[in-house]
Amino acid sequence: MTMNEILHNLFVMLVFPGLLFSVACGLLAVWIVRKVTALIHHRIGPPPAQPLYDVLKLLGKETLIPEAGQKVVFVLAPMLGFAGSLVLATLLWRGNLRPGQPFLGDVIGAVYLMAIPSLALILGGSASASPHAAIGTSREIKLVISYELALVLALIVALIKGVGAGATLPLSLGAMAAQTPVWSVSGMLAFLISVLCVQAKLGLVPFDIAEAETEIAGGVLIEYSGPLLALWQLMQAVCLVALPLFVVTVFLGGFGHTAAGMAGGVGKLVLVLVLLILIKNTNPRVRIDQAMKFFWFLCGPVLLAAIALAMIGRARGIGWL
Amino acid sequence: MSWKRWSLKRSPWVFHVNTGACNNCDIEVVDCLTPRFDVERFGIKLVGSPRHADALLVTGGVTRQAAPRLIRAYQQAPKPCVVFAIGACACDLGIFHSGYHMVGPVDKIIREVDPHAIIAYVPGCPPKPEAMISGVVRALAAL
Repeated sequence: MTMNEILHNLFVMLVFPGLLFSVACGLLAVWIVRKVTALIHHRIGPPPAQPLYDVLKLLGKETLIPEAGQKVVFVLAPMLGFAGSLVLATLLWRGNLRPGQPFLGDVIGAVYLMAIPSLALILGGSASASPHAAIGTSREIKLVISYELALVLALIVALIKGVGAGATLPLSLGAMAAQTPVWSVSGMLAFLISVLCVQAKLGLVPFDIAEAETEIAGGVLIEYSGPLLALWQLMQAVCLVALPLFVVTVFLGGFGHTAAGMAGGVGKLVLVLVLLILIKNTNPRVRIDQAMKFFWFLCGPVLLAAIALAMIGRARGIGWL
Repeated sequence: MSWKRWSLKRSPWVFHVNTGACNNCDIEVVDCLTPRFDVERFGIKLVGSPRHADALLVTGGVTRQAAPRLIRAYQQAPKPCVVFAIGACACDLGIFHSGYHMVGPVDKIIREVDPHAIIAYVPGCPPKPEAMISGVVRALAAL
């Protein structure tokens, strides 16, 4: 590699669309969530830089590591989660902004990377040696088992719709961003359920079962303090943009090359984010068994029906199915 | 002013400890979060774990049962951490002054384990939400 390529790769990883850009977008999204929530409550809400203040403050505080905990895993888990979310965000932004240079199968890579933040939470929670964290960890594991199936089924619907449009299976993010499966019955069903899966992945109400501040006091995060808690906050902030971006890429047509496409992409991203916030503020927390039943026995069959519809639509050449 | 203090003043997360209060102060603490007062404007957030806290809001005079728990909650909070004694009982035991079940006011218990602890007092029975917000502002200004 020449010096220029190395510099370019470093820029992509550390500035745009990697570390700096993803974190800045994430903190902005956290502020949007808190501000819109406050507006729904008829409150004024925090100033725009509030998430940044929170992270800075946590970076300046003492780190406490539980004596009985597994120290190495306890320290490494938030780093793993943050790194995973950053790679995911970089991959998704690159797939959207540079559709010309995809690598085949980066959709599958994105699905794998989306599981890393949850895995890191499970590791960190189980290394904390706290009963509350243990309950939170067990709930997080059950939640992952619940929504992963629905998310992958929803993705399959989008893939089948893509086969109808092109000759080969569009297994790259760039190709998926070029189509809008949401304008069909099966695509719309898959889109709605994938939004609910993202809600669960982000740990937002009604699926904040693993953190549940009011009953298990923060759950998986209960023992974390200082810079390590700041890393968790940053991870959740980056995911707050990356996961809606995944939904936008797969179902809503992603970002275009033109300025209008860019503006439309940002609009779609904010739309999905506001949808998530509205669901968050109008629903009470469900129990873990209710969440599992919901994803398996309600979303599962609905998605199977959507897959069947998409296959029929493809075989008969009916676009709106 | 260092960046640590600067950011701490803009985002104090509070953990609520009830050491034997009659629940009156607790209701007023929660009142601060309502749309009328909305302390999230100043970055103040109620958290569920002392590990996440920058301030402990202690309500009630400290009973024998609660004293060791208060000490543990204080030790579990990462420093720097401000302790707020909310209400007459937490400041000076109030009407429970000669109660057999009381160990002492909040500052006495905290100073036993940390003589240099930062303690702020908000008297009242119960203190008004305005008084609590004013107490927090003054304590942060004194940091």
